Amino acid sequence: MRKTVTVSTSQIFCILIRSSATCIRANTGRWTGAGKPAQDNAMPHDHHDDNPHRLLPSEPALRVKALETILVEKGLIDPAALDAIIDLYERDIGPQIGAGLVARAWNDPEFRAALLTDADRVITELGHGGRQGEHVVVVENTPDTHNLVVCTLCSCYPWPLLGIPPGWYKSDSYRARAVREPRAVLAEFGVTLAEGTTARVWDSTAEIRYLVLPMRPEGTEGLDEAALASLVTRDSMIGAGLPRSAGTAA
Amino acid sequence: MSQTAPRPEQPFEQPWHAAAFALTVHLHERGLFSWTEWADSLATALADNGKAGNLDGGDDYYTAWLAALQRRLAEGGVTGEDEISAMMAAWTEAYLTTPHGHPVTLGG
Repeated sequence: MRKTVTVSTSQIFCILIRSSATCIRANTGRWTGAGKPAQDNAMPHDHHDDNPHRLLPSEPALRVKALETILVEKGLIDPAALDAIIDLYERDIGPQIGAGLVARAWNDPEFRAALLTDADRVITELGHGGRQGEHVVVVENTPDTHNLVVCTLCSCYPWPLLGIPPGWYKSDSYRARAVREPRAVLAEFGVTLAEGTTARVWDSTAEIRYLVLPMRPEGTEGLDEAALASLVTRDSMIGAGLPRSAGTAA
Repeated sequence: MSQTAPRPEQPFEQPWHAAAFALTVHLHERGLFSWTEWADSLATALADNGKAGNLDGGDDYYTAWLAALQRRLAEGGVTGEDEISAMMAAWTEAYLTTPHGHPVTLGG
């Protein structure tokens, strides 16, 4: 079990605690900047507040800024590339990409079969390939099996299809409980499984990320892909929710 | 579909979360570490930080992320706490001494 790995590695690397403690203390500081993370352009006195200490970025914000400066000076990073990565995840990449795949799979049996057999190939062909060299596996919900995705060790997630994971996906509580008591966790998300339905939990890794193909809601025959996609929620593709019902199609 | 499907509410709660995320992705793409190495470092930092109490996946998650990134940079011989602290002090000084209405820059 991977649980034992967690325990042993955290013991081996307990030297990390020193820097972690520094960062935790820093959390009490408040970020006073506003808007996009283009911190170089911050105007510290724009807030009509004469106490400069309140205008300082928080400790972790200063730490990231310092890292950026050091890495630029060493020629290891390109500031424009950093902005491009942030823009990509703030504007272009999100659950709408996964929702498009799900909707097409609901409407196109061949596409569905291809997605379930070799998602990597399908996703790469559509230009949604991953940047970390990961593999994507699509798991299908059926009346017998409901799939739930977690990353027990950190927060591995199909970024190119769903964007940045929500806070709860990264929380200790979800990561610990999804495997131990999936039905209880699902109930808290408002998903009650039928007696005969098995909850199957998939533990993501750096190499393999999972996407759930939810069951198509009843009464959606004849809807086009765009209307179907509007029913597909982010949580339903993690397995922590169900698609919206037919009457709510856009 | 992009018109009708829900947009992510707010992928990053704080600008520094976005900056730490982007730095890591970029350094990985530049070959400084493999994504498996990164995931191991992040898992270790999350496990360590989680000892003090359950992490809620927000600020505390990126705090662990930042600790993991520094760990990787230290192990790769790229930079360490002394250099980072000195640069933080320089930025602090710049923030505190920049006149009204001017952008904050180092050495200016």
